[in-house]
Amino acid sequence: MRLPAREQAELAGQRLHHFHGGLKLRHHKKISCQKPIQRSKLPPRLYVPLLQHLGAQAEALVVQGQTILKGQAIARYKLPYPGFVHAPTSGTVTAVARHAISHPSGQEGMAVIIKPDGRDEWCELHPIQNWQEAAPALLRQRISECGIVGLGGAVFPTAAKVEDALSQDIHTLILNGAECEPYISCDEMLMREQAPRVVEGALVLQRATGARQVIIAIEDQMGEVWDKLHAAISSSGQDDIRLVKVTTIYPEGGEKQLIQVLTGLEVPEGKRPSHLGLLCQNVATAAASAAAVIEGKPLIERIVTVTGNGVNQPANLLALLGTPISNLIEQCGGYSNNAARLLLGGPMMGYALESDANPVIKAANCILVLSHSDIATEHEELPCIRCGECARVCPSLLLPQQLQWDIRNGLIDDAAGHGLAACIECGCCDFVCPSHIPLTQWFRFGKAEWRTLIEEKKISEIAKQRFEARELRLANIKQDRVQRLEAKKQSLQDNQNKQQKIAAAMQRVKKKSDQQANTENADDQGESS
Amino acid sequence: MSWDVLSISLLATALGLGLGWVARRFRVDADPVVEQINQILPQTQCGQCGFPGCRPYAEAIAAGTAEINQCPPGGTAGIQALADLLGKEVLELNPENGQEQPKAVAVIDEAICIGCTLCIQACPVDAILGAAKQMHTVIESECTGCDLCLPPCPVDCIEMVVRPPAMSDWMPTMPNRRPTSVLTNSLPTASAGAP
Amino acid sequence: MTRKFATSSAPHLPATTSVAKVMQQVLYALVPGIAAHCWYFGPGILLQILLAIFFAVGFEALMLKIRQQPVRIHLLDFSAVVTAVLFALCLPPLVPWWIALLGMFFAIVIAKHLYGGLGHNVFNPAMVGYAVVLVCFPQTMTQWLPPSAPASWIFGFWDSASTILTGHLPTPMLWDAVSQATPLDTIRTGINSGLTVDEIRTAAIFGDFGGQGWEWIANWYAIGGLWLLWRRIISWHVPVTMIGSVLLLGLVAYFADSGSNPVPLQHVFSGALILGAFFIATDPVSGCTSNRGRLIFGAGVGIITLVIRRWGGYPDGVAFAVLLMNMAAPLIDRYTVPRYYGK
Repeated sequence: MRLPAREQAELAGQRLHHFHGGLKLRHHKKISCQKPIQRSKLPPRLYVPLLQHLGAQAEALVVQGQTILKGQAIARYKLPYPGFVHAPTSGTVTAVARHAISHPSGQEGMAVIIKPDGRDEWCELHPIQNWQEAAPALLRQRISECGIVGLGGAVFPTAAKVEDALSQDIHTLILNGAECEPYISCDEMLMREQAPRVVEGALVLQRATGARQVIIAIEDQMGEVWDKLHAAISSSGQDDIRLVKVTTIYPEGGEKQLIQVLTGLEVPEGKRPSHLGLLCQNVATAAASAAAVIEGKPLIERIVTVTGNGVNQPANLLALLGTPISNLIEQCGGYSNNAARLLLGGPMMGYALESDANPVIKAANCILVLSHSDIATEHEELPCIRCGECARVCPSLLLPQQLQWDIRNGLIDDAAGHGLAACIECGCCDFVCPSHIPLTQWFRFGKAEWRTLIEEKKISEIAKQRFEARELRLANIKQDRVQRLEAKKQSLQDNQNKQQKIAAAMQRVKKKSDQQANTENADDQGESS
Repeated sequence: MSWDVLSISLLATALGLGLGWVARRFRVDADPVVEQINQILPQTQCGQCGFPGCRPYAEAIAAGTAEINQCPPGGTAGIQALADLLGKEVLELNPENGQEQPKAVAVIDEAICIGCTLCIQACPVDAILGAAKQMHTVIESECTGCDLCLPPCPVDCIEMVVRPPAMSDWMPTMPNRRPTSVLTNSLPTASAGAP
Repeated sequence: MTRKFATSSAPHLPATTSVAKVMQQVLYALVPGIAAHCWYFGPGILLQILLAIFFAVGFEALMLKIRQQPVRIHLLDFSAVVTAVLFALCLPPLVPWWIALLGMFFAIVIAKHLYGGLGHNVFNPAMVGYAVVLVCFPQTMTQWLPPSAPASWIFGFWDSASTILTGHLPTPMLWDAVSQATPLDTIRTGINSGLTVDEIRTAAIFGDFGGQGWEWIANWYAIGGLWLLWRRIISWHVPVTMIGSVLLLGLVAYFADSGSNPVPLQHVFSGALILGAFFIATDPVSGCTSNRGRLIFGAGVGIITLVIRRWGGYPDGVAFAVLLMNMAAPLIDRYTVPRYYGK
């Protein structure tokens, strides 16, 4: 018997389901997991971008020449969600200027450029004492003040996500440790080496959201992680945290796919997972939230996997935000002979960077340097042969060939009707297409066009309403004026009538008095004869 | 009367009645075409098409007294949408009506403004804030860029400014499979802002 | 020292497949069937295949030039070759060379390029070519040979070559003497003259299921088709419903009137049904997009084939059935758009 969705969601993790499609890709993760996580060396300059997550650019809170301490807030976002960027180390702000900011467009943007003083001095930190009993609202506030964002790649402000979800009564918190993209292993190494912190993060977020249970999902190829996390969970003494292994298929780690595997449910169109009472957070985000609440430390560094056949010694580095990528590569033995592409992110969803002067940003989970033999060679695009492979592998059950026809021919409305918004841009369809059509690019373009179309429609609708309101107002004014004129005319007419009546009455009175005077005279004359 | 004629006539009558019933039963009430055309037009109310506003233009298109290529703010995308809706041929934007311009907003130079309210009366969407002898200002988010406020201003203090695209406005472009930039032979590039 | 890189768009992993690879695997899957065909009917079929390929590639190159498309890439995608081979496999082994010429003209120039080229054709090009030559040259297209073992081939390589290239049999032979009706044809003429299926089936040309030799060829095509299924070149939906609907309908017909309807399995192993199920109806361009659509498409082809075989004017209806369903495919697609995630 099918339970209603929320109840079924509460059974999350008790048995595993499947999601449609997906690809079994070679992992390439072991090469970067051979050594423990090292700290990256302090570079001569740090370039901290002001545009680090969704929304408008932050405004800088510091000026050129200012001395700053480690963890000091150097930029603030207001819209659409509040957030902060903090100084990764103590030093001087040498400039707030344009620089490469690891943006997918390749364009430069504003960045705070810091010269470290080598002292690495923290500013005053505000950990929450007794956080296990603190109000959830306080925890959320601290998470927001410490600039915590989703570290799985989407960099959505965590506090806003939690706040937004609270209106729906979250019963299960899911920690997403299913790092499904090949080459990336930062989450795996975090869970291996800092399992207790991850569990603390689970507890912090659980308290902040009011969830009744926590599920930590990891991939079944993660070996040691299972034991380490189990140990951490048992030593924490909490019995509402469950560890679940999910099969390693790309894109298992996508939020929607993970939910489908754990609960068998699909997130309804237009709604978020909170609708089902679920909240997903990446394990690194949880760890960062724990640091924010327990130690008061803002987000100033993250684990970055530096890997690929293009670097000589792949490794996982704990890097300060703003570290130029060239520094990281140097620490990993430099480029190998046939380095061909520098990617931020994984090989399926990452974007290419033009130069290694780009800095580490909050979204940089992996720096992947691929050699010539590992990258997609230039293929001529052939027409779609409608083979249906793309639909077979699509985790969102879409028909990519149909979407591609629609977008190519400018029928964005039709594409939206066929489910364009449900596309997670995972790249599975691209990978299997025999005609080498750049499907994911088309969908990204199509989604942008669709958003623009909706924006434009909204604007023109508002303009139409304002115009019609104005017309109504002017018509009303005119109407008023006409009425007033009528009323005035009427009252004038009334006045005239009145005057006439008064004049007539006065006439009558005069006549009467004249008549009376005449009769009196006649009487007088009559009497005297 | 032969059976053939009778049977064909009966069949025709039956089918005709059937079609009529189906037409009534399954009728779909569609928007009147004027409303549909008006939805496509950008609602700038600028008058460049030669009509006093978007709705009169829509009515003229529906009546067949105007062509679909007279709206510069709608641009080629608008002409395409109108062509698709009405089953007409796509035409080039008529240069007599204007050129397709990037979206601009009006900005009042407050140092020069004399507070005469002539621009406020001219704005078709009430996007200018102000009153007699008070400072006037354009509400940027409501301005449609129609240019109607420029002629009435007696001191010429209004300017159309194209807003430069912000980084957060960046959109992915249409696909191009080949790699873009060229490998250079690592000449060291100085990073901006370094001393 | 900053290092610069070229950029490209995600995903960045190398592609594992291509249109050429897909087409090549289809050709590999046909090899066992072609070998069986040669075994039973002589080397004529190989010459037909070669001629068809020659003409197909020629016409394709010509049309690509006229349409100002890049010639080399499109020729190297092997799609014209697959069309040619599938067409040739439907021909009697010794038809003259101009049959292949005409067939490929209609297939490549008209059915494929005039509709927009690869990926845009509405009808299956091979079937268009076959239907045209079948309707225009009914006499020539019924000059089938009897099955025999290689030792007793009537026509060796040189005889076949000369027949095909000159259009005439080697001097002492006559078509009436050397040709023989196909099993389906035999059944049809037999039923029309009042015999029951069982009586007809006592003739020597019939094997266990289909005709002698023909059923083995069908077997080998099926094995090739199953390999294609395993390699995920085709999906199971069309073959299963096509063969399934033939079996089902054949069963119904058999129980209704076993005198004039053969056992369903015989339908399956006769004519081009297996070839059609795995290689022709599965043509992705002219078929349906969604899996549900494919189920309907396959069922439609199977049903129409049976109808034509039983009541239509031709002994085998696979080609026409495929063309009729090609016409219906866009409509089926429209009504079988699958539900997407979250809807």
